[in-house]
Amino acid sequence: MRPPPSSAIGALAAVTTLGAAIAAGGVCGQPSSGGAGATPAAQLSAAATSASEQGRYLAALGDCVACHTAKGGAPFAGGRPLQTPFGTILSANITPDHDTGIGSWTADQFYRALHRGIDDEGHHLYPAFPYNYYTRVDRADSDAIFAYLKTVPPVRNAPRRDQLPFPFNIRTVMILWNWLFLRPGEYRPNPAKPSAWNRGAYLVEGLGHCGACHTGTNLFGAPKTSAYLRGGKFGDWFAPDLTPNPRKGLGGWSRADLIRFLKTGGNVHAAASAEMGEVVDFSTSLAAPADLEAIAAYLADLPTSPPATGSAPPAGQLQAGEAIYADSCSACHRAGGEGVPGVFPPLKGDANLQQANPLTTLHFILTGVQSTPTAARPTGLSMPAYAWKLDNQQVAAVATYVRNAWGNRAPAVSDGQVASLRRRLVRPAGQLAAPERSGVLSGPTPTTLAPAYTDSRDNGTSDAGRAAGSGSAGGGGSGPSNGEAKSHETGDSQASGPG
Amino acid sequence: MPTRLAPVDVLVVGFGWTGAIVAQELSDAGLKVLALERGAWRDTPTHFAPTFDQDELRYYWRYELFERLAHETLTFRNDAAQTALPMRRLGSFLPGANVGGAGVHWNGQIWRFLESDFVARSHNLSRYGKVAIPDGMTIQDWGVSYRELEPHYDRFEYLCGASGKAGNLNGQIQAGGNPFEGPRSREYPNPPLQLTWPPTLFGEAASRLGYKPFPHPAANLSRAYVNPLGVQLGPCTYCGFCEKFGCGNYSKASAQTTILPVLMRKPNFTLKTECEVTKINRDSTGKRAVSVDYVDASGQIFEQPAELIVLCAYILHNVRLLLLSGIGRPYDPDTGEGLVGKNYAYQITSSINLFFDDKIMNPFIGAGAHGMICDEWNGDNFDHSRLGFIGGGYVGVVQTGARPIETHPTPEGTPSWGGTWKRAIAENYLKTMSVVTHGSVMSHRGNYLDLDPTYRDVYGRPLLRMTFDFTDNEHRMSDYITDRASEIARAMGPREIKINKRSGHYDIVPYQTTHNTGGAMMGADPKSSVVNRYLQAWDVPNLFIMGASAFPQNPGYNPTDTVAALAYWSLEAIRSQYLKSPGPLVLA
Repeated sequence: MRPPPSSAIGALAAVTTLGAAIAAGGVCGQPSSGGAGATPAAQLSAAATSASEQGRYLAALGDCVACHTAKGGAPFAGGRPLQTPFGTILSANITPDHDTGIGSWTADQFYRALHRGIDDEGHHLYPAFPYNYYTRVDRADSDAIFAYLKTVPPVRNAPRRDQLPFPFNIRTVMILWNWLFLRPGEYRPNPAKPSAWNRGAYLVEGLGHCGACHTGTNLFGAPKTSAYLRGGKFGDWFAPDLTPNPRKGLGGWSRADLIRFLKTGGNVHAAASAEMGEVVDFSTSLAAPADLEAIAAYLADLPTSPPATGSAPPAGQLQAGEAIYADSCSACHRAGGEGVPGVFPPLKGDANLQQANPLTTLHFILTGVQSTPTAARPTGLSMPAYAWKLDNQQVAAVATYVRNAWGNRAPAVSDGQVASLRRRLVRPAGQLAAPERSGVLSGPTPTTLAPAYTDSRDNGTSDAGRAAGSGSAGGGGSGPSNGEAKSHETGDSQASGPG
Repeated sequence: MPTRLAPVDVLVVGFGWTGAIVAQELSDAGLKVLALERGAWRDTPTHFAPTFDQDELRYYWRYELFERLAHETLTFRNDAAQTALPMRRLGSFLPGANVGGAGVHWNGQIWRFLESDFVARSHNLSRYGKVAIPDGMTIQDWGVSYRELEPHYDRFEYLCGASGKAGNLNGQIQAGGNPFEGPRSREYPNPPLQLTWPPTLFGEAASRLGYKPFPHPAANLSRAYVNPLGVQLGPCTYCGFCEKFGCGNYSKASAQTTILPVLMRKPNFTLKTECEVTKINRDSTGKRAVSVDYVDASGQIFEQPAELIVLCAYILHNVRLLLLSGIGRPYDPDTGEGLVGKNYAYQITSSINLFFDDKIMNPFIGAGAHGMICDEWNGDNFDHSRLGFIGGGYVGVVQTGARPIETHPTPEGTPSWGGTWKRAIAENYLKTMSVVTHGSVMSHRGNYLDLDPTYRDVYGRPLLRMTFDFTDNEHRMSDYITDRASEIARAMGPREIKINKRSGHYDIVPYQTTHNTGGAMMGADPKSSVVNRYLQAWDVPNLFIMGASAFPQNPGYNPTDTVAALAYWSLEAIRSQYLKSPGPLVLA
């Protein structure tokens, strides 16, 4: 029995972070055409080791593990649900399991998947697997990643991949999409630029696939070339502008700030959380200093996005927002929005806050957010949820205020924008709010795949906040009481787990 | 039959301050560490978020963070002639429940004991002669000195990011600090908290009277801080909800805000919550602890073997677990023999309310250890000749925050209810403050812990029985320092004051302090102590007992800094000596 025909599934739009999904087929162990053809066995083994070590690093830069690992599942064994505007798809198993993973693939097939979005059997993949970025990856790196993936423990796991509704479930639709939007081909260095810049471009445009989130998309879920890295909607988040725009881009950050953020998950401006937190934890924190320098050099050289336009928000909304801010926000973010640098992010001048699309700001306010703990910054400082405490009008007012106080400037937020997001963020009845934690939080393990929100939506009890929030989202009286977690287990001991 | 589990290197029983410290240190040593906590998981963003954390009704009056007496309580009596009855509602002390223990809801008052406190018996005998220690007072020396503990105090204070001003740096007295404290090897990691008006007034008045007031040492953060483990803390917002509350602003040191972010990442550490240890099992020789029995949330019973067992529960539970497991000889007050349960002690407090006409104090602004203190009458900082008591306490203004349900001081003569009472509160709330005293309790042969002969817990095990009363020594001491406090209070120029002395028998109903001590005391030899100077059980060398259960008597300071310093001191001995050669660290 073969695995489901299409192993690598992506969604039509840039969805969760990134993923590398691949399908099965081919002859196990067949050296690729571009690889070490007829190497003697011993040499092959030595070469494979070093190639796989290089591949481990490259796979980290590609952040493959994030999408290809289900919460609580084995690394790379797939099954993580990726939300796309076209439906939910489960990521593929890319462990070397022969039947359900990529154990029977060849390096050629792997390269083709990366470059053309076509699996071992010739089926089209969806670009939730961002092959439209991975197509820039060169052959040697593709082979190294493939060699590395051959070394991870094989896991038998066949996530049900094809769950997209009609007509998106017809994979041949992707032929048209690819013809329209895919520009296949490895990265070609720009001879006018320094080598570090070119390395940065290779990583950002290719393996890092930053644009999968940070670039706006068209109706077909394809990145808009004109909006490259100028910010993009991504699920219920808005990934910010990465150009040197001084207000909403990285213009206010030094290169050292950016490198520190990518390396440790935080700097004096911001802390990584949610999807970007995963990127830092699984990927950029493991990057070599030279690669982070290269990324910073490339991003600093991007053409600056145009300044925001729009009229000033209504005075009444700002006034209401200011009062809410003083009550609910100023203890941590301080009266002047200056925050406590390195601990509680400053709001004055904050770029994330001043994106034209307020989605991320509203998401933070409604559900709260916890900065992603990393080895360098293990604390996981957090902001509490306000969904149960502030209604739509209040959230809109305070969001508008912080987007326009202290010299900030961004369009006003409407009650409707809050209401719409609030509806999407209601937790299904009976689902635990608490992120399930585990003792092994470091490194690319599934245990870090925790939701960004904090359990303060539940007011520290199973449902205390729900009553307060009725009519608003955290509450909405949805569902029976969420039983509190019964056991907190860490490490490898499962002996008593009452579950 | 309990299900027998795979052995671990180290088993930690109870996961509050000492449990987290022990687990952090011994997992750093490369050991496989398992902690069993009978309460539930608690973390800052989930359970102490600042959107609901300052809920006085829920957290204080409904005891959200404290032990559930319906699950387990203790019985109490003032003296052995009475019949002890179960405590059905918390009062005088508030032991913590769940991960982090009482370290979640402490004030953050982070005091070192005096050099003379550790040699209370020999010091008082040598200075005042035999008359200093009346019949029945069973105080002892600790077997460890201040100087030995100093590096470990320092370690904990830097872990917490303590805010304060040193009064004695390597023997040099420092202006603005506590001149009576033992020598510190370095300054506090953070400067003192900012002061509101009440402690400022106290400091000014005390200085005018010739005393040396200093800022209360605080585990509330005066500024952002990264501790030596790399864990971040934020500056205190002076919200006034430390005592009896968790901190959602990451500004009060607790296991959660200083250790757990690092500890929980370690692959060689495991925490199991809602697992209650019911017994320590020993081998046939009785000299070696081999395992514990515990009950999980579903009622299943397990046996968990371990090479090294460390008790880190609240002192009352440490002592009870020893008694229930038959380890050591229970104390018998009639014969004075036996040691487990002996020298239970507490603290004695008093206060003075000050009422002003012309000063708006904004008493709702506060922090758990925000205040000004005079230490002139603590320990043996003053001459006790002919005073008729030993010991002492600190005096000061500690503006923890005048939380509205709890705080309604009214002048002398105000009715206790009705319209006049309400008007008096409205008129005075903003214009009042308190001076407090916080005093030692010496151990006494009639104050002890044992197993109750009648009442049992949900598992059918006897409850702990507490027999305790203040003695003349405590009352004389407390009255004396309350008088000194009153003098300073009057010097602050209030319209009137109201003095609340602690009189009569110890009453377990009103809140006083959660500073219960003793019952498994430390000391120099097995004839007079349950654990040696490294907190190792004399009778069972692979059992260590952390916590204030080791205090032979209770000095006039809050205990947490010393509890933690003793833990680090013990852990240093475990790491440098015990692990290399498991066995008694002190030969009996």
